[in-house]
Amino acid sequence: MTRARYGKVRGAAAYAILYLLFLYAPVLLLPLFSFNDSVFVAFPLSGLTGRWYSAMAADEEMRIALFNSLKVGIAASVASTLLGLTIAQVLTRGIPGRRLFAGFSNLPLFIPDIVLGISLLILMTRLAIPLSLATVILGHLALCLPFAAGVLLSRFEGFDLSLEDASRDLGENAWMTFFRVTLPLVLPGIAASLILSFVVSFDDFLIAFFLCGTDTTLPVYIWGELRFPYKLPNVLALGSTILLASTILIVCAEWLRRRGTQSQPAAVAI
Amino acid sequence: MTPAVAHAARGYLLLTPAMAVLAFTMAAPLGLLLAYSFWTQHGLVVDTRLTLAAYAAILSDPGFALVFLRSLAIAAMASLAAIVLAYPVAWFIAFRARAKFLWLLLVTIPFWTSYLLRVFAWKVILGYNGVINSGLMALHLVATPVTFLLYNPVAVVLTLIHGYAPFAVLPIYVSLEKIDPSLLEAAADLGDNPAKRFFRVTLPLSMSGVIAAFVLIFIPATGDYVTPSLVGGANGLMIANLIQAQFGRADNWPLGAALAITTIAAVSLLCVLAATGARRAASRIR
Repeated sequence: MTRARYGKVRGAAAYAILYLLFLYAPVLLLPLFSFNDSVFVAFPLSGLTGRWYSAMAADEEMRIALFNSLKVGIAASVASTLLGLTIAQVLTRGIPGRRLFAGFSNLPLFIPDIVLGISLLILMTRLAIPLSLATVILGHLALCLPFAAGVLLSRFEGFDLSLEDASRDLGENAWMTFFRVTLPLVLPGIAASLILSFVVSFDDFLIAFFLCGTDTTLPVYIWGELRFPYKLPNVLALGSTILLASTILIVCAEWLRRRGTQSQPAAVAI
Repeated sequence: MTPAVAHAARGYLLLTPAMAVLAFTMAAPLGLLLAYSFWTQHGLVVDTRLTLAAYAAILSDPGFALVFLRSLAIAAMASLAAIVLAYPVAWFIAFRARAKFLWLLLVTIPFWTSYLLRVFAWKVILGYNGVINSGLMALHLVATPVTFLLYNPVAVVLTLIHGYAPFAVLPIYVSLEKIDPSLLEAAADLGDNPAKRFFRVTLPLSMSGVIAAFVLIFIPATGDYVTPSLVGGANGLMIANLIQAQFGRADNWPLGAALAITTIAAVSLLCVLAATGARRAASRIR
């Protein structure tokens, strides 16, 4: 590498590092203030404390909201991954109308959340379906399905279909072929899809805002606290805990995906 | 039944649950939304006779047009700025970085933290006692905190750029990654300097990623509710705030539905125009 070229790489790398700083600085304010000994989230900092973390652990309302979000996230991610599996299984095997089906399953990505939220609210109201966590889960299915299908499609496209032919030639039926050949091969994709869908559901505010009724999910609860900020430091403590947990989850998801053929983050597949 | 037909039939059967879920959670609600936008509401009673009353109400109030145009302008500025800021990073990761995987992971991690709290963090940065004001005061550059940072459209644009950053980096990275290196070598061999090579080869070939990034940011940014609510102030309110109000305080669902339909129509049209324009511009480069 010539000296001039080396300089250029360093310039690009320096810019990339600055960019990362721009991405991380605001996010890292949350843990900073979660240890700050003041109810007001503003400078100057007034001392180190762990009390927001103990307050967070004792906060009953927040705990209920957290468990609601976990329930919704688990239900939505499992269901959308199962549905995503059927989409990936069928669409990677050539079927008339393939592009149409792929486009339809990606469509929710192109509808703003606010529109999806209010139109689901109208539907539930017209059908007299009471708002609850169940309606939130339904809404999250639309939200998560493009992500699940995207991740799984890229995983299914990455493996050699002749392995399935071999299994059939050796006498396995379609179901046994799926369980003994396809499933083990796409397992990392399934894990990545579960995690990605869970995170999308867990972080959603708008759909839940319109569809949760009185069953508050965590983002809806946080929204209330952001506007009436007397318990805000508890929320920051929780936010920092979630930041840590989701970072670990995402690193695991990427590591799982990486064990396969592709080396791009899950979100790249969309 | 021939094997091909049987294969297709099995495929359609397997697709049925997923398509049924999408029909119920997306197609049906959107269809109903469209119908609702032609209905009227009197108190609690919904009149299902078709009228254009809601659309007429939108057209007759210049306030709606103002917020519409502001939303589209804010979203367009945020997506374009996000793309311009992210492009060099995507280029660096695709062509120069050694640990590509690590870089991509680093770009995505902040994206997976609570969106609400990330937007709130910007309020802390730009606010009265925020990071910037504290810094300015400590440096004795200002005597009292400045108030022009928060609660305006610029704050919304800045927060949106940050919120949707990975949507810019990742699609552009993917399109750059797909470029055949021999094309770049050919351009260099035929005498293009690096700048010329970039504008004549790299940029046009990565246009699909740029367009994808624009669409992926522009659509959700136009409909963003949280960011304008928290950092926008009265002059930074966007269309989602108006739509939400029709389903809350104002309680005029048909008007809210018409605003939503108009939003979808406007963003779809603008995305198609932007994509066509960008493709045409890329193909004109010689």
